[in-house]
Amino acid sequence: MSNFFDKSDLTRKDVDLIVSDTLKNCDDGELYFEDSKSESIVLDDNKIKSSNYSSDLGFGFRAISDEVVAYSHSNEISKNSLKSSAKSLQSTLKSIKGTYNHEIPKTNNRFYDAINPIEQKTLDGKLEVLNKVNDYLRKKDSTVKQVTASFSGEQKSIEIIRSGGESLTDVRPLIRFNVSVMLEKNGRKETGVYGIGGRQSYDDYLKNDNWKNVCEEALRIASVNLDSKPAPAGEMKVVLGPGWPAILIHEAIGHGLEGDFNRKKTSAFHNLMGQKVASEGVTIVDDGTIDKRRGSLTIDDEGTPTERTVLIENGILKNFMQDRLNARLMNTRSTGSGRRESYKHIVLPRMRNTMMLSGKQTQDEMIKSVDKGIFAVSFGGGQVDITSGKFVFNCTEAYEINNGKIGSPIKGATLIGDGPSILKEVSMVGNDMMMDPGIGTCGKAGQGVPVGVAQPSILIDKMTVGGTKL
Amino acid sequence: MIKDEEYLKSKASFCLDLAKKLGATDVSVTVGNSISETVNFRNKVLDESNRSDSLAISIDTYLGKKKSSISSSNLLDENLKTLIEKCFETTKITPEDEFNSLPDKDLIAKNIKDLNLYDENHLENDKKIDYLKELEETASIDKKIINTESGFTENKSNFILANSNGFCNGYKSSSFTASCVTVAKNENSMERDYEFTSKCHLNDITKPSELGKIAAEQTIKKLNPKKIGSDKFSIIFDKRISKGFLSSFASAISASSIARGTSFLKDKLNQQIFSNSIDVIDKPDLIKGMGSKSFDSEGVKSETLKLVSNGILNNYLVDTYNGKKLNLKSNGRSGGSTNLYFENGKINYDDLLKSHSKILYITETIGHGSNLVTGDYSVGATGYLIENGEFKYPVNEITIAGNFNEMFKNISLANDLEFKYSVNSPTMMIDGMTVAGK
Repeated sequence: MSNFFDKSDLTRKDVDLIVSDTLKNCDDGELYFEDSKSESIVLDDNKIKSSNYSSDLGFGFRAISDEVVAYSHSNEISKNSLKSSAKSLQSTLKSIKGTYNHEIPKTNNRFYDAINPIEQKTLDGKLEVLNKVNDYLRKKDSTVKQVTASFSGEQKSIEIIRSGGESLTDVRPLIRFNVSVMLEKNGRKETGVYGIGGRQSYDDYLKNDNWKNVCEEALRIASVNLDSKPAPAGEMKVVLGPGWPAILIHEAIGHGLEGDFNRKKTSAFHNLMGQKVASEGVTIVDDGTIDKRRGSLTIDDEGTPTERTVLIENGILKNFMQDRLNARLMNTRSTGSGRRESYKHIVLPRMRNTMMLSGKQTQDEMIKSVDKGIFAVSFGGGQVDITSGKFVFNCTEAYEINNGKIGSPIKGATLIGDGPSILKEVSMVGNDMMMDPGIGTCGKAGQGVPVGVAQPSILIDKMTVGGTKL
Repeated sequence: MIKDEEYLKSKASFCLDLAKKLGATDVSVTVGNSISETVNFRNKVLDESNRSDSLAISIDTYLGKKKSSISSSNLLDENLKTLIEKCFETTKITPEDEFNSLPDKDLIAKNIKDLNLYDENHLENDKKIDYLKELEETASIDKKIINTESGFTENKSNFILANSNGFCNGYKSSSFTASCVTVAKNENSMERDYEFTSKCHLNDITKPSELGKIAAEQTIKKLNPKKIGSDKFSIIFDKRISKGFLSSFASAISASSIARGTSFLKDKLNQQIFSNSIDVIDKPDLIKGMGSKSFDSEGVKSETLKLVSNGILNNYLVDTYNGKKLNLKSNGRSGGSTNLYFENGKINYDDLLKSHSKILYITETIGHGSNLVTGDYSVGATGYLIENGEFKYPVNEITIAGNFNEMFKNISLANDLEFKYSVNSPTMMIDGMTVAGK
């Protein structure tokens, strides 16, 4: 555990005093310290292109009175710097008269170990794997024209100090291993990308030469795309494969169920609590407690232990995801969803691992039931307009379905739908729920945080596919 | 107060000296400080204030053709010493790369022009609040506007770039940015739109009343959208969208994409890639320009480039490393384009709207649907249907798709270019794109 101020002129007593004094008339707030160490090693174009190491240390001081949030952050850890932050907060909150709510539930659960993944594998070891990836792919297939492989790892230590001296800490490891390959055949170029990761050491993910599986998957996706035909354009049935395609859930309804948009009534879901928003059989949860997953957290960035929040149960909207600010203003409790990218950012209610649970049907049944449609297996990214509810995501591997059979692969296309109504179009839920491989980063208000998604195969009766073939 | 030149230079030279002493053959250091103050309003009351003071240093150490990098926000000498030692140790075991080097000495920027990028005016938070109050008052005049959110950010930065070839330079810059997001609602729909202004100098930003008015009008205009049938369309891209094609173009002609072979514009130098009426310019020395730079991120001088003339691609955006790979000299574009723009077309905006009997006018796209390897393009979109030059109704939940290779050749531009961002385009029309809807 880092001691955040042992090299400064601050003592714990000084810090406690400044925090308690600044927050004494506020409704909420805290001092957040963060020490992060991260690395990125990239092989590209047959060479180790970059090896970067970064260390960042800083604090963010937050004071809240009613709906108003004052925030100040700095990477200079000193008595002067903390005092000038405190002064900046007090100048914003001119007429404060809140009651500080001290209660933060406690937990003994931990969902990952306090390791530093960067130190657990030598640089030589990392370089060796990257070079093996490059050689393996280039030898395996002569159409391989470009290979990029990378390791990124970090250890983030945080401490939250609340009024009265309460201290909450967490040490969060996170890694990602990624392979991207470009093929060229008959003048056509296509890429395939695959990655794995989570909150364990590199070697936990690379056991039994698992890097080969990552290579194979990237290569497979690129090869499929080399033979792809233009995608169709228009409304049709869509079968989504299990796992990563659950970014549909993340974009279509996840963001719309975050507390801030609903308190502000700017979400298309804000007046739908308790109502039917999805077909029967559709249950969606947001879970921060799954062991060692990318989106899991022992405590959120306000110190609240995470939980498994049921968002939609059998089609009915049950809960929003809340941080402390939005929970207080909406008369409910935090669901442990308060997150921030770093000490430089304010807390927002965010997703963790968002999952649609398994139903009873098989993927086979779904495909067979479709006369004309597409089968989407892998995706790039997605985006949503919270207010209108319209969302998109981009296929990176998809096939046409004709008369109940999977046909030719189709070129990448954007799919667009309407969040509040899309889940009512779900007519079959598969029995094959799968987690994504641990690669997701969610962006909101300019902040990126690691998240996970999961879903079984699903059949959507009507969605617009943005291809070029009419 | 942001750190002054003297402080930044002393940190940079501390790092240079230390790395040299450890045995590094070359070193490059960038030290910067940035302070920003933001005030956010929501529904005419204060919602958030945010003060951010960031220091950052990044160091590249070379041992012959071996190189590695570190970065940190902790500028205490003791921490820097540990990091530089770690960096140099890593450099020793990193494999050689024949293209690694500092920029060529004859390309280094010597005469640093003052581009007037820094305004020392400081707007106190109370004044920012006054601006936002006026903005939201105007934005919420119409009862259909049910939510307004606005923000004002003032940013001041200073940096020094130094390398072991003797380059040591930097400059201050500032920006003042205000934005307004409004939500409009009626019985059938709820829609959101926005407007913003960002300038180096405080006196150049848009008036608050104007900003609020534009945001509200644009939002209300989006109410009661319809979904249209799938068809081929002539599409007009509003200026805030058309500039995005230039950003994709800039990524596709970066020396790194070209050297890696992952660009649809590889091997297209001196070939026709746009229709012959199109010129693309990248001008680093625009006074007060949002993308202006006195030198690139390696210290290389950058001059105005006519990237495309009469539709023909003249240049890539070249940095030192990828330039060596491609056997090209750096043209001072490490870090990308500067002030990038399409020259004005010949037709005026109103005539462009009337150029076809039926046109789809796009004001917003969502999704990351540009594939720069293949040139395939497919994104979600919202906008309006225009018939005989008149706005008929708003359109949403559609996608538009095509391929850059053909799209670029079908571009016509209006004559309404203005310098609002670092990348700017007049209003644009592209014929023959596929719209997927009902």
